[in-house]
Amino acid sequence: MNVRLYVWQRATAALMAPLVLIHIAVIFYATRQGLSAADILSRTRGSIAWASYYGIFVAAASIHAAIGVRNVLTEWSPLTDRRAGRFAAVFGLLLFVLGLRAVAALVL
Amino acid sequence: MIARHLKHRTGTLWLAAMVHRLSGLALAIFLPFHFLVLALAVHGGAGLDSFLRWTDQPLVKLAEGGLIFLLTVHLLGGLRVLAIENLDWRDGQKRLATLAAALSAIVAFIFLARVF
Repeated sequence: MNVRLYVWQRATAALMAPLVLIHIAVIFYATRQGLSAADILSRTRGSIAWASYYGIFVAAASIHAAIGVRNVLTEWSPLTDRRAGRFAAVFGLLLFVLGLRAVAALVL
Repeated sequence: MIARHLKHRTGTLWLAAMVHRLSGLALAIFLPFHFLVLALAVHGGAGLDSFLRWTDQPLVKLAEGGLIFLLTVHLLGGLRVLAIENLDWRDGQKRLATLAAALSAIVAFIFLARVF
């Protein structure tokens, strides 16, 4: 892993640490009496705060996961660095698009 | 000879690094499906409700507990890595790694106790 990817990996990790903690707390809160779409949407629909929170979370997770997958492929698969990098970039982009689509479905 | 080269692979910190890597990989595989399910909330959430009813099955709840464990252990393992790299070295890394795994298991068990 080069220095640029290392810094992105660690920076997104530091950014996500509080976001993951909040996410776990929300999971516990939301599942206290069973989950329903109405409950979830009543919290998220039209909320700029949740849109920002999940938007940042999706962006950070996409970058973090893509770099992690690249590292695993480089070390554990026969793929060359270049191919592992391409696969990881496509994977990260896919996560980002699917994540933003999910956020849009929850907040719009 | 081989046994000597593989000896480190039984150490607590090697195991902690492996758990961190595998939990990250599992979460990366899970994420696209998580996002696809959340996108079912579009058009009033009927699709999402139908999926949420499916998740009432005990095996699915158990799998959710597993995901909570993976997320927590990856978070705590990552915090330990960030602390090692950015702060002064502290002894007791093996104890911290064990504590992270134990705490993650407790969080997952509390989740399971609440949803069952």
